[in-house]
Amino acid sequence: MNPLDRYERLVDDPEAFRGACDRRLPSVVRVNELRATPERTRRALDEEGVTYESVDWNDRLLRLPDGSPGTTWPYVHGWLHGQEEVSALPALALDPDPGDRVWDACAAPGSKTCHLADVMDDSGVLIGNDNNLGRLSALRHNAERLGVSNLVVTNDDARNFSLDSLGIDALDGAVADVPCSCEGTCRKNPDVLEKWSMGHVEGLVGIQKGILRRAIELTRPGGEVVYSTCTFAPEENEAVVDHVLAETDAEMVPWDAPLETSPGITEWEDEQFDASLAKAHRVYPHQNDTGGFFVAKLRVGGADDAGEVVGA
Amino acid sequence: MTDSELARNDGQQFDRLPATPADREVEGRASREEVVDWWQERFGVAPETFENVTFWEKGSGKIWAFNADLPSPVRVEGLGITVLRTRQEHWKPTTTGVKRFGREATANVIELEPAEAAAFAAGHDQQLDRWDGDWGYLIAAHELAGEREPIGVGLYLHGELRSRVPKGYQEELAVLE
Repeated sequence: MNPLDRYERLVDDPEAFRGACDRRLPSVVRVNELRATPERTRRALDEEGVTYESVDWNDRLLRLPDGSPGTTWPYVHGWLHGQEEVSALPALALDPDPGDRVWDACAAPGSKTCHLADVMDDSGVLIGNDNNLGRLSALRHNAERLGVSNLVVTNDDARNFSLDSLGIDALDGAVADVPCSCEGTCRKNPDVLEKWSMGHVEGLVGIQKGILRRAIELTRPGGEVVYSTCTFAPEENEAVVDHVLAETDAEMVPWDAPLETSPGITEWEDEQFDASLAKAHRVYPHQNDTGGFFVAKLRVGGADDAGEVVGA
Repeated sequence: MTDSELARNDGQQFDRLPATPADREVEGRASREEVVDWWQERFGVAPETFENVTFWEKGSGKIWAFNADLPSPVRVEGLGITVLRTRQEHWKPTTTGVKRFGREATANVIELEPAEAAAFAAGHDQQLDRWDGDWGYLIAAHELAGEREPIGVGLYLHGELRSRVPKGYQEELAVLE
């Protein structure tokens, strides 16, 4: 079966949804402001005669109708990084401050991690973890290319991650962009639809819950955690967040997404989710001509540094 | 402490560089003071540039710059970016090091013309007799979108600029006229 059939009843326009899923994804780059401003980058692309369009919801993202940016001067200088539009959402949702201590639980190959570093102005401590040693070399390569110098790269199972050896007592924020069934990347890798199975989804859910729970445990009261996936499957999205909301003192917080989204759902098949899941965002490919995505922003409860009780 | 009492370098962990040579506890390890002085003497990069940066050694002579601090030693897979290779007669800056800190350089920067810049980025060596500065490691740069931008490390010897752009970073790029 094609897993996309399952989601037709969730979208406003099933035909447009299926049509967008069948089209190739546009090539998009993010301007790395650690190296250059969007203005200077656009000027350099003009000098080189490269065609681009600014993405209407974010002037740091440029679409390249002619394809790959790999052989242009701005790319070689690390001013640009090839990155899908929706993969810019986790760093924008967390919106860390310069100087923060931030953990990216599943960081490789590093597009979202390097975007976090950019938002943090390359200051504070950014921990990029991944359990896959092979993929860590891509993370390190991207960070070096983009001049990210506030990054600590670690190779651990995110579910048991410890900050002890880093001398950090708690995080200000975390991103749990977890391994998932990746249906939302079908415009890039149509294979994901053929390989999809409910058994695979069920196997991932336990891992996803474990990673999100750990991110919340490591974050200080009042700190924030962003949970994201590139799948439409409610089992891996709202159901995971719902489970962790019930188990911890974290709560959903609203976030104004900068592009068109649909709210998180509160029921699926015979399951009901906490009403606050409507604060999460679903991104369907036909809404903004992007990949598919899910993002939820949570705040960790308890007394924060100012003594205010959060989430009580 | 005499040299024979100093510990050996452990290539599996990151150790913060000692503040000065007098603080050295590991044989042959560069100090923070020497690294900061080297960037100033070789490239005119002001010491304040490195105010918030800590320097670490992992592997023999491989120096990393991290824009924060952590307890030392630390066993992780990466810490900031590689900036310098020590433990050899002539210290060698890395490509990532000059791209990160070379914009501040005021000395030993060779500004390349469009065709020279493209050849350099592709990894080609070239004859450049006009350079009358120091021999050795230079920052090769070009003008892009109105300002100078470092491309990478060149080794200048006998009138020739050898590109030290690593294979993985080499690209055939447009000549910008």
